[in-house]
Amino acid sequence: MDQTGNSDNRGLTRRRLLQAMAALGLLGGWRSVVPAYARDSGGTHALRVTDGGVDLVIARTPIDIGGRVGSALTINGTVPGPLLRFREGEWATLRVTNRLDEMTALHWHGLRVPQDMDGVAGLSFPGIGPGETFTYRFRPRQNGTYWYHSHQGLQQQSGQYAPLIIDPAASDPVEYDREYVVFLSDWTFEDPDAVFGKLKKQSDYYNFQQRTMGDFLRDVERYGLRATLRDRAMWGRMRMSPADIADVTGYTYTFLLNGLPSQSNWIGLFRPGERVRLRFINGAASTFFNVRIPGLPLTVVQADGQNVRPVTVDEFQIAVAETYDVIVQPHEERAYTLFAESMDRSGYARGTLAPRMGMSAPVPALRERPLRTMVDMGMDMDMGEADGMAMPGMASAPQPGMAMGEEGMPPAEEGVMSGMGRDREAMAGGEHSGPMPGMEQAGPIAGRHGPDTHGPANASVAAVQRNRLGERGAGLDTVPHRVLVYSDLNALEPNRDLRPPAREIELHLTGNMETFMWGFDGKKFSEVKEPIFIDYGERVRITLVNDTMMEHPMHLHGMFKEIVNGADPAHRPRKHTISVKPAERMSFDITADAPGNWAFHCHLLYHMEVGMLRLVNVGLPPQRERP
Amino acid sequence: MKAHAFRASLAFVATLFVVSAGSAEPRRFPLPPEEWPETIDDQPTVTFLMLDRLEYRTDEKTDARVWDAQGWVGGDWNKFWFKTDGVDIVGDDIEKAEFQALYARLIAPFWVLQAGLRHDADPTPTRNFAVVGVQGLAPLRFDVEATAFLSEDGDLSARLEAEYDLLLTQRLILQPRFETNFAASEVEALGIGRGFNDIELDLRLRYEIRREFAPYIGVSWQRALGDTADFARAEGEEVESAAFLLGLRAWY
Repeated sequence: MDQTGNSDNRGLTRRRLLQAMAALGLLGGWRSVVPAYARDSGGTHALRVTDGGVDLVIARTPIDIGGRVGSALTINGTVPGPLLRFREGEWATLRVTNRLDEMTALHWHGLRVPQDMDGVAGLSFPGIGPGETFTYRFRPRQNGTYWYHSHQGLQQQSGQYAPLIIDPAASDPVEYDREYVVFLSDWTFEDPDAVFGKLKKQSDYYNFQQRTMGDFLRDVERYGLRATLRDRAMWGRMRMSPADIADVTGYTYTFLLNGLPSQSNWIGLFRPGERVRLRFINGAASTFFNVRIPGLPLTVVQADGQNVRPVTVDEFQIAVAETYDVIVQPHEERAYTLFAESMDRSGYARGTLAPRMGMSAPVPALRERPLRTMVDMGMDMDMGEADGMAMPGMASAPQPGMAMGEEGMPPAEEGVMSGMGRDREAMAGGEHSGPMPGMEQAGPIAGRHGPDTHGPANASVAAVQRNRLGERGAGLDTVPHRVLVYSDLNALEPNRDLRPPAREIELHLTGNMETFMWGFDGKKFSEVKEPIFIDYGERVRITLVNDTMMEHPMHLHGMFKEIVNGADPAHRPRKHTISVKPAERMSFDITADAPGNWAFHCHLLYHMEVGMLRLVNVGLPPQRERP
Repeated sequence: MKAHAFRASLAFVATLFVVSAGSAEPRRFPLPPEEWPETIDDQPTVTFLMLDRLEYRTDEKTDARVWDAQGWVGGDWNKFWFKTDGVDIVGDDIEKAEFQALYARLIAPFWVLQAGLRHDADPTPTRNFAVVGVQGLAPLRFDVEATAFLSEDGDLSARLEAEYDLLLTQRLILQPRFETNFAASEVEALGIGRGFNDIELDLRLRYEIRREFAPYIGVSWQRALGDTADFARAEGEEVESAAFLLGLRAWY
């Protein structure tokens, strides 16, 4: 993605940086800002973490992104930072030194570590002050693909992130000949604080894909004047934009693959016939990616570090902070483009799999940006809005194999909870799907909203809440190939605790796009006095209702979430992060076996920073009574 | 489920039951010490300055410089809000210069309530007012300000402003704007009649070179109404005018 904006201060910044770099003797050393594993075959240049320890240094470093110099927060001098390789069950020591003039913290995303090693300043430790060194020591009891990043302020946006692999103690059930880390991220030459300020002042600042007069005329031609006017009036009454897909876009972002912009074309080599394991990590601050490799089926074998029963697709959406391990087997002696399109289609990251260096394959064109739908609004289709009109912006192409009641749709949940009014009437897709084009893909209705609208910090509620775990991510509903959905995921290794949850906690994801306020139940972090208390050993179901019009990648520290996605309880996928779709009602179960103060938050960095975070306090094991 | 996994599961759950059976009282993990830093800074103070209209206005008789700016400093719920607008006739006196200092509170998802003081430096004699109003986004995405004023002499008046952004392209934006003033009592010295005083309809076409920086051209039509119009006629002033505008919209 080329930079299209903010050209006014470019020269000054660059000149000043060049001067600074010349003074520091750094000129000519720019190549070193891409980590070794990103330059060529991954896996071989990892830092092996042992009990002897590795040293990580956080510093501000000038980096070259597509010929332009930016100022990054680096781990050991590169963006992303070094690939760390742990061995399951072996002690690991990491000495993290802060060379910044502000506090920092490193969090091991998805790792079940003791709470004081979790790396969240203010919750698990006091942070790492300027000039200080903090020593993390823990023993991974899990394996798979993870990542680590700053959990302080907006530092992650400036490049303070890196991949992390824990090799299994036993043999790996995934067979492969070669592996690469594919680390996706979003880079801006702006100061992240400036991005934050703009979002607070004009939340659609970065959206240059709004609906315009041209779209109006096109829709009139396509759907008629009356339907188009009704559509515009409906969105207008809600005071929302259906084009609101991403807060921060390619207008300021350069999307990176292993630290490289698309024009730098990261290349991963293969020999035809090899099974290549691609460890996809979305380390972006604010960007969901839709990932595909034209010509190669993608066999997903792991999600969020946890092995899953293999499922083969042609494209998948990776939410912020998720990871997916994918096996590809290129048979031809040719190059394949690895294409990661931002969900709002404002840009892309790109790399190449090829038998030799210097090769490339055609890069697909960006597809048209998606629009939010009436399902996203959580609108009640019985309320007369949808009486047979064609809706601009609704997906209209029929989807093979995606009709309700066919493959991929999770069955209604057991409904162990009382009083939730689970509504199974729509399972067959009958009365609620109606004549609306695109509606046949909507998941079954799972609940309706109560009278509490969560106050001024929340702009809308999902009147109709659906189970959307069987639905494709935004923009993929009409693509004519296989797309991964959450209900495709089944844990390979069974879950250990199969007790039904004894308690359900319902939280609503809320927000006000106009004022850029985000939180839970209409409150931001600082407005909530009580943490969510869970007793040690408790089995709890957490149900999330997304009242907003955006996806929120919800991340829980300390414990895996067993996603109630229709799989049998033993094989519900364990995830550290899950994207909750607009107007979705979804649940996950946890076993509170990790005492401590844990963060539960939206991993869109700017949403977290304005308050979309809660403290989950898991109690200590009870003291045994002395006989 | 495989047998070994099942056994592991049983053992694991048994462990949990054993420990939880040991005592009736669950033990809480200590909360983070107060002296630790905040995990996130979700109460930032933000400063916003919006020069909504800085324009040159020309009609058949007069040229004028017009300004209309507002801004705020504060958090999500409470803000200090200020507004100023005025008209400076080229080659003549300042016709109007108005300043407001307000406290603003978010009272609904799209609305803030504002209350404070207004000072009119021009026209003379200067006047002071108490102000209460609402500002926000009305359904169909109209930006609306509805404000009531009570002068130190006890005169009550009100103003309604509404504008709408029509996106011709992503950067070329047509903005219709409507304003009307209402007075509950006559202030003859200032030529203000009772009832609706005036109505103004503008159309501005701006180009957002950046979001923060947009030059524009436009047209404006104004008409005095009722007794206010009669006062104007008595003074030999026009009651109706149409003007061309050239201006800049900028914010920080």
